[in-house]
Amino acid sequence: MCGIAGLIHRGQSSDVGSELTAMLQSLKHRGPDSTGFALYGEPRKGEHVMRFKVAEQEDMRSGFQIHDQVKERKAEVDRRLEEMGARKISEDTATEYAYRYWISFDGDMKKLADYVEDVEGAEILSIGNALELVKDLGDATVVSDQYGLGTFQGTHAIGHTRMATESDVDIRSAHPYWAYPFNDISVVHNGQLTNYWGFRREMERRGHRFMSNCDSELIAVYVADRIEQGDDLEAAMRRSVDELDGVFTYVVATADQLGMAKDVMAAKPMVLYESDEFVALASEEVAIRSVFPHEIDTYDPYEGEVMVWQS
Amino acid sequence: MAELDRTHESHELGMHTEQLSGRTQQAFFSAEESDNLVYPWASKVDFARSGEIDAATLDQKQVNLEIRRLMSEGYGTITVKNPGAKHSLGVGILNRLHLHFDGSLGYFGCGLLDGPNVTVSGRVGWSCAENMMAGTLVVEKNAGSTFGAAIRGGDLVCKGDVGSRTGIDQKGGTIIVGGRTGAFSGFMMQRGRMVVLGDAGKNLGDSMYDGTIYVGGKIEDLGVDAVEGEMTDLDCQWLTRKLGQYGLEAPNGVENMTKIVSGKQLWNYDNLESTEKKLVL
Repeated sequence: MCGIAGLIHRGQSSDVGSELTAMLQSLKHRGPDSTGFALYGEPRKGEHVMRFKVAEQEDMRSGFQIHDQVKERKAEVDRRLEEMGARKISEDTATEYAYRYWISFDGDMKKLADYVEDVEGAEILSIGNALELVKDLGDATVVSDQYGLGTFQGTHAIGHTRMATESDVDIRSAHPYWAYPFNDISVVHNGQLTNYWGFRREMERRGHRFMSNCDSELIAVYVADRIEQGDDLEAAMRRSVDELDGVFTYVVATADQLGMAKDVMAAKPMVLYESDEFVALASEEVAIRSVFPHEIDTYDPYEGEVMVWQS
Repeated sequence: MAELDRTHESHELGMHTEQLSGRTQQAFFSAEESDNLVYPWASKVDFARSGEIDAATLDQKQVNLEIRRLMSEGYGTITVKNPGAKHSLGVGILNRLHLHFDGSLGYFGCGLLDGPNVTVSGRVGWSCAENMMAGTLVVEKNAGSTFGAAIRGGDLVCKGDVGSRTGIDQKGGTIIVGGRTGAFSGFMMQRGRMVVLGDAGKNLGDSMYDGTIYVGGKIEDLGVDAVEGEMTDLDCQWLTRKLGQYGLEAPNGVENMTKIVSGKQLWNYDNLESTEKKLVL
């Protein structure tokens, strides 16, 4: 079933970390397997924040050697970053297997990402000037506490609570998905795509990489592909409503935008609240109520609808 | 009660044109039999006795149990404060009752109603009033998708906009939408009436078996086997009376509404002999 949520403060930063945690926690019943956050902080010019992992959470229970392997993989990532000319500015360790680096790099981001992900077990969760993508097993409170997201300040955020249906319970199948290799683009999705394999083959032929067998990853890749071909976010999303087949509601965020699209059958839910200062959207109104407990006017977007808001 | 005995009018409105040979269990309701109006185990309530529930700190099961407790103690008018868009509130009420929600409901609110008069000052989420049998439910703001799925009786009113698949599998009763309704509204409608004062999304009345849909605004397109019917004076009288009961008006007048009925080209397997039916089904 899965739950998705997003919020955007227009023209100001706020406590998006704690707000999104509250929204996702209230959607726990829609997906208890994993929770993911894509948070957009103040962009830093010339610097990129890179979130990556070198193992799955369940790998850490698979024997003594994994702890040494994790250290070796991280060291290899560091070595490759240096080899590619990326300068590490700072480093945070959220868990034994997941890291947050601020790097300075002005080369080819795709080459950098491909080279880093060639390290066994390594997956870049996100790279951006503003985007920080965190996902792990557990509910929103568990993941938020584990990664210290409660104090995150930013303009907007999207998130997901996952009920695994078509792929495994692991981090690589959790949402959000980063629109590799583009800065600051992330996607969350609720639904099923029925032309996933055909589109995936087409995207792979065009040089895009997939890290999971989860159909939702296709939306992130699709949006990245359309942007690469010159579409803006809204145009890419409108095209997706025609080209992607199945039942879906998805939310996309960029460095300064938040967008939602709903399939032509309107088979997956989405509730919206919009004011001059704030937009919140979620699979269920209870998620919006967790941020706005007072009486508010909400509505459902209609079939085939695409909406984009600016931060 | 005599006012309810209008079966001749409903026949003239085309509400009983189904060819019901073979499997029908249709029996016309008799308003004269007062026992038909309540279940034998229903609580005797006094509408003058008012109770209040603050749902802010209760979960949905606790709210529903509290409504039942008040009913069993004879309270006929109950207000639920701070419903907070929680799911499945006010479900399974098979009793005469005046129930008011001061706020919004989440998904599956007020399902399986049979008898109460319910008002909601806010919005309702998906699947409100599923399988409603009798009574009234009036929503002041918007409603989500599958509003009134499979209802069999009563009046279900949303004064704002409604999502898609409104009245899917409607089997009776009346659904009124003050604003717009989304795609696939009236899908597989079997009986009853739906009134949409605003626009209707695509595939309106797709595969409807029977029943009538009235639309005041634009229809994006009609579904399979849904066709335009002729508006009659009786249609206009009924619409005027029914909308007036809820303080609503058709923006361009009831006489300019569009009436949609079943073309009945996909319908009526019952005309087949049993051996033929096996081939078809």
